[in-house]
Amino acid sequence: MSVTTHPTAVPAPAPIAFWRLKGFPLIPVLILLLIALVAIFADVLAPYDPEIGSLARRFRPPAWQEGGSMAHLLGTDHVGRDVLSRLMYGARVSMIVGLAAVLFAGVLGTFLGIVSGYLGGWVDQVIMRLTDTWLALPGLTFAIFLAAIVGPSELNIIFILGGVYWTRYARVIRSEVLSLKEREFVNLAIVAGCSRRAIMWHHILPNVINSAVVLATLMLGIVIVTEAALSFLGVGVPPPRPAWGLMLADGKKGLMVGYWWLTVLPGLCIMLMVLSANLLGDWLRVKLDPQLRQL
Amino acid sequence: MTAEPLLSLENLSTHYVSQQGSRVVRAVDDVTLSLNAGESLGIVGESGSGKTTLALTILRLLPPAARIVSGRLVFDGEDLRTKSDSEMRRVRGKRIAMVLQDPMASLNPLFSIGDQVGEPIRVHEGASRASAWQRAVGLLKSVRIASPEMRVRQYPHEMSGGMRQRIVGAIGISCGPRLLIADEPTTSLDLTIQAQYLDLLRDLQRRHALTLIFITHNLGIVARMCNRLAVMYAGRVVEQGPVARIFNAPAHPYTQALLGSLPRMSDERERLTAIEGQPPDLASLPPGCAFAARCPMAFARCAAEAPPEFTLGEGRTARCWLAAPATARAPLSAHAVGGEGGAHAEGIGG
Repeated sequence: MSVTTHPTAVPAPAPIAFWRLKGFPLIPVLILLLIALVAIFADVLAPYDPEIGSLARRFRPPAWQEGGSMAHLLGTDHVGRDVLSRLMYGARVSMIVGLAAVLFAGVLGTFLGIVSGYLGGWVDQVIMRLTDTWLALPGLTFAIFLAAIVGPSELNIIFILGGVYWTRYARVIRSEVLSLKEREFVNLAIVAGCSRRAIMWHHILPNVINSAVVLATLMLGIVIVTEAALSFLGVGVPPPRPAWGLMLADGKKGLMVGYWWLTVLPGLCIMLMVLSANLLGDWLRVKLDPQLRQL
Repeated sequence: MTAEPLLSLENLSTHYVSQQGSRVVRAVDDVTLSLNAGESLGIVGESGSGKTTLALTILRLLPPAARIVSGRLVFDGEDLRTKSDSEMRRVRGKRIAMVLQDPMASLNPLFSIGDQVGEPIRVHEGASRASAWQRAVGLLKSVRIASPEMRVRQYPHEMSGGMRQRIVGAIGISCGPRLLIADEPTTSLDLTIQAQYLDLLRDLQRRHALTLIFITHNLGIVARMCNRLAVMYAGRVVEQGPVARIFNAPAHPYTQALLGSLPRMSDERERLTAIEGQPPDLASLPPGCAFAARCPMAFARCAAEAPPEFTLGEGRTARCWLAAPATARAPLSAHAVGGEGGAHAEGIGG
């Protein structure tokens, strides 16, 4: 038999779900890496300019379908732009907007969460009531409202999404800080003469970074979907730019007459990226749990 | 050396006040203690007797509901009650250090030992990270941790319980404090580790000329570690004085009962002696002596009038009518007191 089988080395049977989470999510990570690489090297990889098409070559189907050609592997859209090139540049938009918005939301939410949880009192009341108010508004509607005010641009979308989703960080981080600040090591720091600022940023922050990272991977999916939705609704990334949500919006009219590649392909990209980010987040959540890690 | 005590508390009271102000819990009530440099004071009492609140009062680290309502708190010639919060921060960890109840949980799991031992040095002396690490190595050596150069780079989860304990001790002495308050530092340890740790603390006390306040409910530890003892009951110090003299002849019935409840090797009793009843509610103390309801020697005056602190020779006081000098006893039923007081003066430990 093969040398790789170790029948005696198998430990007591563990729940299947645990094994799934414990194991490194190789495929999701590879997908994310692939999307990231494509986003970084879109200039080199994309065969055509994503914003300029030729009306003579509109609605070409993908290469493997009848009427398709190798010149446009994934076909062309209603103004003759190459779908593959647009998907590649779209990955760049999704990655940049997604990561930057998550980072912005994370920094803002973590800061407010720590301050709120550690200082307590009226500071806590103000921040938490603000959070409650924020959460009472539906995220997408709120984002559309903000986008309508400040106008669509990639930079604005980043701040809008960050400004809408920081509340989740604030809530999660605050609750974590509430339990952390009762821990004995925080008392020891107080007894040792550390100031409140030093305790918050030196002792509490490193202990909540794990949660913030896990939350970030889970938020990445939500943010990307929301970005796509905003673009789809016309208040996100402005039209000539290649964004997946925008491609969906442009392609939806063609869906009924058989131009499936204009919607299915960007939809597939969004789904793969969100799914991968969530699977990675699930795994990280277990992996970075301080209790489990110390075992 | 001047005759001035290092720490002196005069009629210090700390009360917890409920939000409406309707309930007042007298956690520390009218405590007068003084401690000379180099002495070690044991504070004993059952749970809820105000030991920890007393320690937190000295460090001015009380929870928001608690307030120091009266008295003086003088440390090293300075009145700590008048200091601002930032001035107190410079006292904590630098001049008064504290070892907490559960040193096992006192270390931050995310920082290396070197960073944690060096932290007070960086906070108080503005030392660089590198020089704080150097000092940390020396401190680990002084708490007898083997191969300290390797250990400073490790993390708390890589240490055994006894080692973490000693590391917390090293943090305590890192800035060379004059006073070290240890709040039940051995409750979470098994007996052999406990013994090693007490040895270490005593050794550190000798070498660094530390003044030690040892809060515990274990009289055995007091006998081993301390030269002075203060017994707390219901927020008050009911008896204090040199350890040996209190152990030989306890003046307060509560102290007698505490010592009586200790099992001895020679004991032939089947059951341990317990003190009947419960300590009183600190929010509604009886008008007389707080221990009267449980005291086997209580008499009429005990329930009516709280005893003041009577001085019984040098540095020794007791809050009990039985300890009152003859002149103070006179007002109420002199004959009833006479008999019991006389029997008591012989002591039960002799």
